[in-house]
Amino acid sequence: MKKTSKFLTTSSILGFVFLYAPIISLIVYSFNSSKLVTIWGGWSIKWYGTLFQNEQIIDAALLSFKIAFITSCLAVILGTMAGFVLARMGRFKGKMILSGWISAPLVMPEVITGLSLLLLFVALENTFGWPAGRGTNTIIIAHTTFCLAYVAVIVQSRLSMLDETLEEAAMDLGAKPSSLFFLVTMPLIAPALISGWLLSFTLSLDDLVIASFVSGPGSSTLPMVIYSKVRMGVTPEINALATLMILIVAVGVIAAMLIMKRQNRLNKELKE
Amino acid sequence: MSSQTLSLAESITDATGRVLAKYNFMQKVNWGRLGVISVPSIWLFVFFFLPFLVVFKISFAESEIAIPPYSDILNWDAEDAYLSFKLSFANYIFLFEDALYLDAYWSSVKIAGVATVITLIVGFPMAYLIARSEPSKRSLLLMLVVVPFWTSFLLRIYAWMGFLNKNGLINQALMGLGIIDEPLIMMQTDFAVYIGIVYAYLPLMILPLYTALEKMDITLLEAASDLGATPTQSFIRITLPLAVPGIIAGCMLVFIPAVGEFVIPSLLGGSDTLMIGRVLWDEFFQNRDWPMAAAVATVMLVMLLLPIMLISNGQDKKEEA
Repeated sequence: MKKTSKFLTTSSILGFVFLYAPIISLIVYSFNSSKLVTIWGGWSIKWYGTLFQNEQIIDAALLSFKIAFITSCLAVILGTMAGFVLARMGRFKGKMILSGWISAPLVMPEVITGLSLLLLFVALENTFGWPAGRGTNTIIIAHTTFCLAYVAVIVQSRLSMLDETLEEAAMDLGAKPSSLFFLVTMPLIAPALISGWLLSFTLSLDDLVIASFVSGPGSSTLPMVIYSKVRMGVTPEINALATLMILIVAVGVIAAMLIMKRQNRLNKELKE
Repeated sequence: MSSQTLSLAESITDATGRVLAKYNFMQKVNWGRLGVISVPSIWLFVFFFLPFLVVFKISFAESEIAIPPYSDILNWDAEDAYLSFKLSFANYIFLFEDALYLDAYWSSVKIAGVATVITLIVGFPMAYLIARSEPSKRSLLLMLVVVPFWTSFLLRIYAWMGFLNKNGLINQALMGLGIIDEPLIMMQTDFAVYIGIVYAYLPLMILPLYTALEKMDITLLEAASDLGATPTQSFIRITLPLAVPGIIAGCMLVFIPAVGEFVIPSLLGGSDTLMIGRVLWDEFFQNRDWPMAAAVATVMLVMLLLPIMLISNGQDKKEEA
């Protein structure tokens, strides 16, 4: 038994090194003063300075943040509805189809999703005149569609973990369905909503493939700008940008997970 | 005559009754419930399901120099009142005749399959260790797995470019240690693509494996060892069979998106790394042949339908349980 656990520990440590080494090297090299990315020339923060003078990157970042913000709000609303329908509404016609539509976007290759949405937008524009042209709006719709699937799965699993007696008690006391949801269920699943929102935000902020298909001229998101620069090779500016984005997201994810954990503990204490 | 009128009257009353009953039923319909069900359903129908039908339709069109760059399948000639219906199978014929496409499908499946197996081998011990560690450590370790997954996919792949470069960290380290004299060529090879897929999708493998292993009753292993089973025997005969649902879910979650992967082969792979996601991208963005891209997507979707349904059904079963 001892031998196995040694093997387990070693291989897991190697696994975690594998997961983190590239990220850490990226962060370290973003502080490299040398212009040659592979040669260490001492610590410096000058690439962060040039980054903030690059208007193309700043504009793309602002656009991406705007899209990610609207997307995550829409995705939380629609995804919560979908998750609620799957977890709490019992059986109805078409439930199987709906749950298939919710799990399929999670694994669908992005090139298929992107191309199919683009062709839909073009067909809709030709038939109904909407959406007129492609750009921010079509990116938001596309992102909302796959983000809502993630939110639905999170909300659904949260609801199925939840004690239904609280909701039943509120119903017995005469709460209307709407006030039941907003006053009882929603506070109980708030951590799931927050983490769903944050995950949607990061997914939208990160997406290159789908956005490339459905965006129009003049609406280049941050990943699109990064991709066009990165294809030529590693640059210190992008290292600095990557470090900033990774830190923002890591802080967000850790915060979301701590919120979830705290809420779980509170729930347990409440039950006891 | 009178009996006929009577029966007519009867049937009218009957019909009215039925209509009224239906009306009553309508009043009983819970509009709130219907609304909550239909809003996300309609959204997903329009923006997730309908697009596939459009792709399927356009895969039968012809490429044209126009806006949008494809021919109409239905044509209505108002002058002659003539409706023409033109389906072109040329894209599909081309797709099955030109070696490029079939090779790309085959090599995508091969690369994704091999990468999935490697991911499983790397991920299993990690998931096992996390599932067997103390609860206080467990959530920290899980967080360590999840955080890279939510940080930018594009930037994590980019990080490997700096790592695998000819002058990158790995070569510098190996040469510094005197293990090799000349830098290894790793960038723009299939090797780099494998690394990229395993790296990017590892968390997606670990999480379902962990869920399956965590549920396992540890006393089973104790009982087996009391009865004289070696650790290897109890692993093969107890742990592995119990982990099967997690293994299937993890493999599907890695394999399906990896088949259509674009970012990894385009940044880490060489020009000879043939993957279907990249072919579709080039068909669309470089050749501007939308119908051909649609045909490539349709065939890819048909190919992945079975694993996708496996994943969806697994989700349903989880709900039932």
